[in-house]
Amino acid sequence: MSTDVRVPQQLPVTQHAAPQGVKLPIYMDNHATTPMDPRVLEEMLPYFMEKFGNAASRNHSFGWAGEEGVETARERIAKLIGATTKEIIFTSGATESDNLAIKGVAEMYREKGNHIITAVTEHKAVLDTCKRLEKNGFRVTYLPVQKDGLVDLDQLKRAMDDKTILVSIMFANNEIGVVQPVTEIGKLCRERGIIFHTDATQAIGKIPVDVNKQFIDVMSISAHKMYGPKGVGALYVRRKNPRVQISAIIDGGGHERGMRSGTLNVAGIVGLGKACAIASEEMSREAVQLSGLRDRLRDRIMSRLDETYINGSMEHRLPGNLNISFAYVEGESLLMGINDIAVSSGSACTSATLEPSYVLKALGTGDDLAHSSIRFGIGRFNTAAEVDYVADRVIETVERLRELSPLYEMAKEGINLADVKWAGEGH
Amino acid sequence: MSYSDKVIDHYNNPRNVGSMDKSSADVGTGLVGAPECGDVMKLQIKVNRETNVIEEAKFKTFGCGSAIASSSLATEWVKGKTVDEALTIKNMDIVKELSLPPVKIHCSVLAEDAIRAAIGDWKKKQESAKPIASVVAQ
Repeated sequence: MSTDVRVPQQLPVTQHAAPQGVKLPIYMDNHATTPMDPRVLEEMLPYFMEKFGNAASRNHSFGWAGEEGVETARERIAKLIGATTKEIIFTSGATESDNLAIKGVAEMYREKGNHIITAVTEHKAVLDTCKRLEKNGFRVTYLPVQKDGLVDLDQLKRAMDDKTILVSIMFANNEIGVVQPVTEIGKLCRERGIIFHTDATQAIGKIPVDVNKQFIDVMSISAHKMYGPKGVGALYVRRKNPRVQISAIIDGGGHERGMRSGTLNVAGIVGLGKACAIASEEMSREAVQLSGLRDRLRDRIMSRLDETYINGSMEHRLPGNLNISFAYVEGESLLMGINDIAVSSGSACTSATLEPSYVLKALGTGDDLAHSSIRFGIGRFNTAAEVDYVADRVIETVERLRELSPLYEMAKEGINLADVKWAGEGH
Repeated sequence: MSYSDKVIDHYNNPRNVGSMDKSSADVGTGLVGAPECGDVMKLQIKVNRETNVIEEAKFKTFGCGSAIASSSLATEWVKGKTVDEALTIKNMDIVKELSLPPVKIHCSVLAEDAIRAAIGDWKKKQESAKPIASVVAQ
């Protein structure tokens, strides 16, 4: 080549003016948490100052008002999932519910067996709880998942033995949105008398959940993933066909049928109930809306950028979730470039431990693509205008960062990156 | 995590992005890091063989904002220095300049490695270019 210096145009960072109808910053991280629906807040407010009574105060109207709020919420939650009110226990959130479910079943059924089956892609609330049980004499099988993120039912079947007392597999995954074959899993468990727990945190209110049709015995629910408040959740525990019992992990007064002691977070519970009531009414319509927006985001991005890869099954997926890897671009640098948009990344650089996403790893995604992934969580309050803006900003930032990327340059030169002997390998 | 203004500046206005001809006798190329670690830096220098002064430097980086900033800063710092002066650049200088938090110190280490790798590559080229007579005369 005649000159020995090739200088691409220095790309200035354009000032980003929000188009009509788009307010910045945009929140598109609805798997991390959701904004409260105004109707939920309105429902909760009286329970802070007027109806502030302790729901366990049986002897005066202040307590009765609190109790009424709680019981209405219980009905609304039960209705959403096909359960009865006696089967709903209130907790501080899905993490506590997962702990209570797994530890509660393990302790109660210890005489029967000590084997638990779960999956590698579970939330840490399940995985860390299982790890703790392993230290206390329980055996845990962590099932791998297939490339699309789904559990292999034959592998599950083969893992079950006569000491298996619990299977815990999440309904929908928080990172990749993949929905497991819950009904089939439930059926396998029911046939063998094994208790089936599912962490349904990401699924409730987004896709249909029915504890009877899907053979679910125990189920974790969280309010703040479905436009309710943080700090409150619930645990469904089956009472009939079969009756499931759990040991409490919190003692102190025997509230919630002895399964979860502690004064109820009445306002929070009322909020959870209202969130469920709204979901019962609006879920099917909303699912269509969200998947429409999600597909719009996906198509707009993927039609303009090459070497982008969707992580996890598109067919069995939450309507609002999209998880894409952008080859040759690192996730945190991408987030920095779209800093007026809230999303998250599976890159190690964004995690406190400097480990890339274990969920993506479980799919068999290479570490380099795990570092290049972005999770979008479209929710109730996102609009088409926002989706278009986000897509365009992502495209522009990826293009800019690819100009900065030695990996993109090497790939364009026809070098197979897998063949390169990297200086930093094995550190 | 919030970034220092300097990191943001380097990210938005990276200095000396680009590539030089690897095969040129005056160019040293350092390629450090690995994709599965989430950090790869390519740093190149063009050295005046009379004065040993680094006249030109270019970089490309796959990595987070701190990694991009560290390598961008590295190209700024090596320009105008002699090769030996450039070898005195320490990663903690980069950390201080960019106010990198502890979790990002490894980005500055990689940038220092990239400088050394580029200089090492250039030096190797100078060695192998020496006429055979002077080598034999050692």
